[in-house]
Amino acid sequence: MEFNHIQAAHCENGVTTSLLKNIGVNQITEPLAFGIGAGLFFVYIPIIKINNGPVIAFRTLPGLIFNRTCKALDIPVVRKKFSSREKAEAFLREQIAQGRPVGCQVGVYYLSYFPKEYRFHFNAHNLIVYGKEDDNYLISDPVMETPTTLTSYELERVRFAKGALAPKGQIYYPLANRPVTNEQIKRGIKSGIEKNVQNMLYIPGPIAGVSGIKFTGNRIKKWRDKLGLKQAGLYLAQLVRMQEEIGTGGGGFRYIYGAFLQEAHAYNQMDELLDISNLFTQSGDLWREAAVHAAGIYKGRLGSQEDFNQMGDYLLEIAEIERNAFTQLKNLNWR
Amino acid sequence: MKKEDVPQDVSALGKITKEVCYATDTSGKYTTQLSKGWDVKITALDKAWEDIDDRIAAARQKVLNGEASPLLFFMERGIMDLSLLADYTGFWQWQIKRHLKPDVFKTLSNKKLQRYAEVFNVSVDELKTMRADEKK
Repeated sequence: MEFNHIQAAHCENGVTTSLLKNIGVNQITEPLAFGIGAGLFFVYIPIIKINNGPVIAFRTLPGLIFNRTCKALDIPVVRKKFSSREKAEAFLREQIAQGRPVGCQVGVYYLSYFPKEYRFHFNAHNLIVYGKEDDNYLISDPVMETPTTLTSYELERVRFAKGALAPKGQIYYPLANRPVTNEQIKRGIKSGIEKNVQNMLYIPGPIAGVSGIKFTGNRIKKWRDKLGLKQAGLYLAQLVRMQEEIGTGGGGFRYIYGAFLQEAHAYNQMDELLDISNLFTQSGDLWREAAVHAAGIYKGRLGSQEDFNQMGDYLLEIAEIERNAFTQLKNLNWR
Repeated sequence: MKKEDVPQDVSALGKITKEVCYATDTSGKYTTQLSKGWDVKITALDKAWEDIDDRIAAARQKVLNGEASPLLFFMERGIMDLSLLADYTGFWQWQIKRHLKPDVFKTLSNKKLQRYAEVFNVSVDELKTMRADEKK
């Protein structure tokens, strides 16, 4: 099977981009997939713990980017889960035999080619299987520079990882359809932006979207007293990992979104898109500045209440920049 | 972030693969740049592992004191809680709780020990003696 490995910042963007290119959607890029799929998000869930820290996410739920992007471009999607390991592998082999690369959701805990340090119980990683040689499946993992392999045992193990968001052998792929026109991309960009405006500005409750960033900023100011310095440091380290760790492209996906708005401008020449893109660059820069400050705290160089206040203030400032950016996106006069 | 400011601090991942970052070039246009890692997130990851290592050391001591079976050590080493270990082994949580008692653990059949050993990526012998590399 002919298959081109494409490296991306984020796994699901990368799988989406590769699989769509493979069925002839030549216009697709990682930022377009991310933006059309309305991938940008923020949520802080204090009551659910992962690895003894709070759940913090800078992107939308796993699977949504692929589904939304395909739907916006009028491409039918096949998505299957399995209770039987044998059936899951049989289905995978059928697809490969037909020359079709497929996306798989996997857990990273047993993912042998990842370094030990990165192998937490995180089950929303995505990779592409595009062939098999002897007992080795040929794997295109978008966060890796080059293609790699997994034995059938190793692949089965990660496809049936357990715990939160267990993949259950999940497999997905787009079905080839009519060629995608630039007009469709243009419409996809508009609907993706509208969906993202909705998610960032109008999600009910205090913990998600722009108000979630503000909420988290205010909470951080209380972490020192409430959790103690050590635990508060661990929470900040968790925030930084979710924000910067492999896959976000830097600045908690804000830079990818900035890139998306620039690419959107090529399809729809509204100069506001470029100005708003700058706002996301600003926001990404500030997220990274905040991360440097957070590192000062978890490295033990900083630690006063004043330092925590400053940390919280970073998020309050970011929230206002993003509120402004999304409000401008909402008010765009689409041509 | 400007392209030339993309950090290149070698991380554990950086030894295996570089990662894609999005950054702007001199004209302000977005482009991608590969990064070997960033000190700020390397220490964030180190911090998370320090915490896990503390738990592993505490578990190890408990096992040595006879307060828990070696399962506790391997659970912490595997970053697992009861519910996750139950999912992986197919045991019920109340069974695992029993197996965490040293006296009960000693009576476990080889078949049951094998189920644990596979999940923890060790041999049955290592499982019994806690002799696996305790770092990670």
